[in-house]
Amino acid sequence: MSATSPIAQRSQAPGACPTTPDADARIAAAWNALTGVEDPEIPALNIVELGIVRFAEVRPDGVLGVGLSPTYTGCPATEYIEALVRDALDAAHVSPFAITRVLQPAWSSDWISEEGRRKLADYGIVPPPAAASLGRRANSSPIACPRCRSTDTECTSQFGSTPCKSLHRCRDCLEPFECFKCI
Amino acid sequence: MSGAAVAAQPAPVPGNPLSRYALRLGDLPLILGQRLGEWVGHAPVLEEDLGLANIALDLIGQARLLLTYAGEVEGAGRTEDDLAFLRDPSDYLNPTLVEQPNGDFGETIVRQVLIDAFQLTLYERLTSSADERIAAIAAKAVKETRYHLRYSSSWLVRLGDGTLESHARVQSSLERLWRYTVELFEEDDLDRDMTARGVAPRLADLRAAWSTRIDEILAEATLARPRELPYSWFGKRGEHSEHFGYILSDMQYLQRAHPGARW
Repeated sequence: MSATSPIAQRSQAPGACPTTPDADARIAAAWNALTGVEDPEIPALNIVELGIVRFAEVRPDGVLGVGLSPTYTGCPATEYIEALVRDALDAAHVSPFAITRVLQPAWSSDWISEEGRRKLADYGIVPPPAAASLGRRANSSPIACPRCRSTDTECTSQFGSTPCKSLHRCRDCLEPFECFKCI
Repeated sequence: MSGAAVAAQPAPVPGNPLSRYALRLGDLPLILGQRLGEWVGHAPVLEEDLGLANIALDLIGQARLLLTYAGEVEGAGRTEDDLAFLRDPSDYLNPTLVEQPNGDFGETIVRQVLIDAFQLTLYERLTSSADERIAAIAAKAVKETRYHLRYSSSWLVRLGDGTLESHARVQSSLERLWRYTVELFEEDDLDRDMTARGVAPRLADLRAAWSTRIDEILAEATLARPRELPYSWFGKRGEHSEHFGYILSDMQYLQRAHPGARW
């Protein structure tokens, strides 16, 4: 569309500003943009479903503040997700905005939404056991194989391809699978 | 002046005590994470390669938060990277235990159990620290550390209560590393100052909780608790063992050879 070309924009009268959307519209646009950001390591989920977006609010100074919680302190995706969020907010024209990292309260796997849990399961990753005990021993409740539903499974490692998942094996269909850890 | 009155009043700590304390908290996971990273590509099986690398990742993440805070409190403009890569050996304040060589897989597991139980006990109490930032970092880290101890203790039980060979090897690693646990609970002026301000728990209080955890794991692993030695190392004061310089030469090589390199 020719009207959006840089030349057309530059030809606007000096001082003419694009309409500033009101706060509610900016917040709605921001949430919409955030739901478009996929978790880079689990592309089945967006970051809102993952529960890492703590808030999106317009501050008194007019800056849109977005709070993100890291899943794990060392998660290498944390900075990458921040960059993706920055790009998404840029594209949604909600500037000025500021991204804040929120440590407390610490992110919990209980914050993954119902929709997110369903998508994880469809993707082949067992959703985290809700509010399970985090004692020294692994949870005693059996984890069902996402493929054949058998509960005759074993944990092969507390750590999988990412810090947030553990590795399991089904003794019935013999397939390995991953489980999103309760944290 | 009576001795009791002197003991009740912590001696003033030179420099910036809170920054120094955050460094002490952060250097432990930094150096342990570096050590565990040496296993990448070398662990006995792929699952353990991933497990140790994931624990290392968590530890480096904790170190980054703590070193960033230490730099902010210090107020001299030093970033987490400056603190991680550009200090001299005597400026690192990690306990001597975490710089000990990996040894075989069993020795790495023994070191990990001893330190995971310590970190878990410490972080649990730091969640109620008077310093909000340290409390927030501890609340995040405590969840990860539970998984670390779950991993390391389940391996120690398998090795200790395994074959004669695996039992003998982890028992001998335990004897070798036990001497470095004394330091974890040795209070100095900085610890007392932080406790007096409500920032840190009393290390003497941590000892009992740590001992209970360790005794329970050792019993299940059919391992004997070594006897206590009076001597203490003091890596946490910057007095390190002979292994430390080698860690730094590896860890700092790139930033020393190419200052400011980024990728």
